[in-house]
Amino acid sequence: MDSVVLLQRQLVDYTAQLFNEGFLDDQFNQLQQLQDESNPDFVVEVVTLFFEDSERLLNELAKALEQQSIDYRKIDAHVHQLKGSSSSIGAQRVQKVCIAFRNYCEERNIEGCQKCLQQVKNEYSLVKTKLETLFKLEQQVLAAGGSIPWPMQ
Amino acid sequence: MANSFSSSSSSSSLSMKFDFDEKPHVLAVDDNLIDRKVIERLFINSTCKVTTAENAKRALEYLGLADGQHPNHNDLKVNLIITDYSMPGMTGYELLKRIKESPTLKEIPVVVVSSENIPTRINQCMQGGAQEFLLKPLQLSDATKLRCHIEKLNNPLQGGVAREDERA
Repeated sequence: MDSVVLLQRQLVDYTAQLFNEGFLDDQFNQLQQLQDESNPDFVVEVVTLFFEDSERLLNELAKALEQQSIDYRKIDAHVHQLKGSSSSIGAQRVQKVCIAFRNYCEERNIEGCQKCLQQVKNEYSLVKTKLETLFKLEQQVLAAGGSIPWPMQ
Repeated sequence: MANSFSSSSSSSSLSMKFDFDEKPHVLAVDDNLIDRKVIERLFINSTCKVTTAENAKRALEYLGLADGQHPNHNDLKVNLIITDYSMPGMTGYELLKRIKESPTLKEIPVVVVSSENIPTRINQCMQGGAQEFLLKPLQLSDATKLRCHIEKLNNPLQGGVAREDERA
């Protein structure tokens, strides 16, 4: 079988898996739709911004939860940001943990918040790895002279 | 003071009634960097020019409505303002009110967006004069719909009859 076709197949299957496992939702498709010849790196750019912004927020959250006196409003503000950006790129599992996290903030439940921080760090780490793999597969298809088959879901 | 606006545009063969220089100009206000980038692209892909602002204060400065400013609207041409509701400092609702209180800018349609579906919030914004209240995350269909609306506002006699758009 043609290697381009094989690589494309791999990409399609991997993407489908990410959707099936809930790592990505339809919003990720929306981002793909916004990418075109005049803006061929849009998705990678937005996702990279998401990675940078999320890491900053996760650091802030860790610091905030280590304080003697917990500022729940500040924590909630950070989680709100993270919830927003994960929603905007379709990182569904991250978004879901953020929702639970905000509830614990409202209840001023420190243990709940700490648990959620751990969970959101895990989910973020997972989706980051998976998206990086996805982008690598895309690069392989393009390098082999193929095009990205869209829509992939 | 660092300029926290960014403007971008791209030519497109799909431009309908607007020439390149007359593309509808959207001012997008959102404190979330990722959302700003996505909203910008949504509207550029709908053949609009986009200026982004990272908070309401910057938006007011851009519009010439900040305290101490003398509005000079000769050069300013904004066809739509789209603002996030939850922003630090001044909310999207407060921004909406300021715009609607301005004799020169009150005609500009203001769309409020929010990730939270809270009926009292929606009512508040609609009562405050919002054109529409949309839920995040925004999609291409939202931008296309809004662009069509701007189109109608600018060309009310197209098709012979000026019509009121139905509110969502």
